[in-house]
Amino acid sequence: MSIERASKRRFCMAIVAFGLAGSSLLGIGPMTMAEGRTSLAPSQEATEQFKGTLRYKNPATGDKDPIAGADIAAADAVGNVVGNATTAEDGTWTMSVPGPGTYTVTLDVDSLPNGVGVSKDGAEELTKVLVSGQSAFLLFPLGPRARNATDSIGERAARLFAEGLNFGLIIAICAVGLSLIFGTTGLTNFGHGELVTFGALIAFFFNVTLGLHLLIAAPLAIICGGLFGGLLDLGLWRQLRKRGTSLVSAMIVSIGLALVLRNIFLFQFGGFNRKFAQYQVQPDGLGIGPVTISPKDLWSMGIAIAVLVGVALMLQLTRIGKAMRAVSDNRDLAEASGINVERVVLMVWCLGGALSALGGILLAVDEDLTFDMGYRLLLLMFAGVTLGGLGTAYGALIGSLVVGEFILLSTLVIKPELKTVGALVVLIVVLLVRPQGILGTKERVG
Amino acid sequence: MDYELIMRTSLEAPFGVDAVIYALAAIGINLQFGYTGLLNFGQVGFMAVGAYSVGISVNYYHWPWWVGVGLGLALSVVLALLLGIPTLRLRADYLAIVTIASGEIIRLIMRAAVLADFSGGSAGLPGNYRDPFFALSPFDRGAEYGFWIDWSGENFWVMIVGWSLVAIFSFGMFQLMRSPWGRILKAIREDEDAVRSLGKNVYWYKMQSLIIGGLIGCFAGFAFAYGKGSVQPDNYSTSVTFFAYAALILGGTARIWGPIVGSMIFWFIITFSDQMLRGLVAEDLISSDLLSGTQIGVVRFIIVGLGLMLLVIFRPQGIFGDKKELALDAH
Repeated sequence: MSIERASKRRFCMAIVAFGLAGSSLLGIGPMTMAEGRTSLAPSQEATEQFKGTLRYKNPATGDKDPIAGADIAAADAVGNVVGNATTAEDGTWTMSVPGPGTYTVTLDVDSLPNGVGVSKDGAEELTKVLVSGQSAFLLFPLGPRARNATDSIGERAARLFAEGLNFGLIIAICAVGLSLIFGTTGLTNFGHGELVTFGALIAFFFNVTLGLHLLIAAPLAIICGGLFGGLLDLGLWRQLRKRGTSLVSAMIVSIGLALVLRNIFLFQFGGFNRKFAQYQVQPDGLGIGPVTISPKDLWSMGIAIAVLVGVALMLQLTRIGKAMRAVSDNRDLAEASGINVERVVLMVWCLGGALSALGGILLAVDEDLTFDMGYRLLLLMFAGVTLGGLGTAYGALIGSLVVGEFILLSTLVIKPELKTVGALVVLIVVLLVRPQGILGTKERVG
Repeated sequence: MDYELIMRTSLEAPFGVDAVIYALAAIGINLQFGYTGLLNFGQVGFMAVGAYSVGISVNYYHWPWWVGVGLGLALSVVLALLLGIPTLRLRADYLAIVTIASGEIIRLIMRAAVLADFSGGSAGLPGNYRDPFFALSPFDRGAEYGFWIDWSGENFWVMIVGWSLVAIFSFGMFQLMRSPWGRILKAIREDEDAVRSLGKNVYWYKMQSLIIGGLIGCFAGFAFAYGKGSVQPDNYSTSVTFFAYAALILGGTARIWGPIVGSMIFWFIITFSDQMLRGLVAEDLISSDLLSGTQIGVVRFIIVGLGLMLLVIFRPQGIFGDKKELALDAH
């Protein structure tokens, strides 16, 4: 009885410690707010507006030339055009809109000079929520013209394939940890997306708030992500396993944890989109065959592939890697053969946290940082993991690549705003046809 | 600080429209999760189907309001079949993942700009669809009703219809659960292999549970559509499902009163903490630099998340529940 009580008390302390760890995040808040790319004017003289500057880095001279005479239009949520602007000689533009709300601001690509376009498909369209009195800066990423009328469907498909590979690799990096955690503990971790956001936000803290270069900030953030994953295991999940909490309960606890973390991020970070200090603007792309890829996407893919190969080698060759696979395969047998299962699980959580942090940073370099970036990725991770087979690390890898490719390539036929829907529908269809996934082994089916 | 106003607003909440919506949603989840052990994380999808059916059928097609209700119920059955067929034969977590994905699919499609004429896009549907429903109301839409706590005529009508539905469904659930059918559901929750070995078609019983729970969730969607001024796609995000789960677990799963009391207490806690924080900030007892207006809105999600975790860990049976009857420990 008293032992039980003592362990309960220890558990409470673990929760408190965990809460303190969360509140150390509070340090980010006020400082990042000041760094915000969006300024909030006092609401009494409310004029909501968008503004920005269009510049294009001339590949011949290396200068950033302002672009004059480009047309920009804003549409409200139901699609009515509510504002127009044309860029001035110095490339600046300002546009007032009727009031707070959600607007889709579109850059007319055809009004840009020859050879200039947006650097990514769909980037000419930005959706932004304006609150009362807000004036928001919008940045259209310009690059060598990506889409033009002469683009054949083959060229578009090739480019989307390259982008899909990049996105798929990012999903894979995050999903490997999710899959390993499921394999070793049986937990379907609905809080995994928050590990991704955590990594990106910590990197933002080092990078923008403390002013370190991203190349230094990123490894620090990855270490923090690993520690955070380990802390979660020690402070929460290990205690729950000791109490004999069932897997369904643990799943619901992970949902609660995700809600808490995501809203702590929102509380501290606000609902704005942010970017790292470096690698914001896409430099000129490199032509590889029919595809033009920006150097940062190439680096991102290179890093992702290197890390994934490293993880695979670790799983295949090292003692701890073998132990992870053994615990995934059969926990009881692993324990009976003298493997310290709890230590292996802790390592898996650290690895999962670190990989997710890296995935979050790569995603934030590719797109924007938001408080819910990981949460939006979560369902795609699940799709990848389920597609590959729940609990298998290599399955998660293949499944994620398929999901990434599918999402990007599907925009050849469907509207980009519906691309996620396509991936989720595929998830359901796959469960219908091959429920165990691509690499999974058939389990009990009723 | 105006304590009377805070108390009045907080005591209004357990009877108000939000509590009705979440009580209905939680009754449906209680059948699926509490009695049958199915992890439906897509209850919000059924709610969205209900809300958009009544909205679109009146606003877009100009059909009578009851056609929209019928359409919503029919589509809910279709949705339950679509979700159940691939997943009910698999492990519990597959159903969880697929249902959570389905809720998002519906939300994303409804907010898509291509369908803006039809479903209103991200701005949602304006409230015209509510007129025929309020034409049936004996109350004046604008007037205030009640004593000390006042409700508008609109809310009062939604509350009366809504709580009547809650009573009907709860009584129906009570009868179903003492029938042989209900005992089979509970047996499936405890050990589905044993039920299968008795020659029962477990798959089909699970499907029935999913369909009926989804239909009740669809009614929660009707209440959402009529109780609020409009149908907004982002009101139907996954956190609605998790709020309903939190309310259910708070009240006690696998109990007739669980979802009702859970939802009432849930909304009392949410409203009270919200009002207290706002009061404290207004009185400068908490600096507004530390806690801005939008941040107070975020605090409720943190409370719900933390509450959900602590409940599941320390008191999984909630207020009324019985530990022996928990699907939570069934794995």
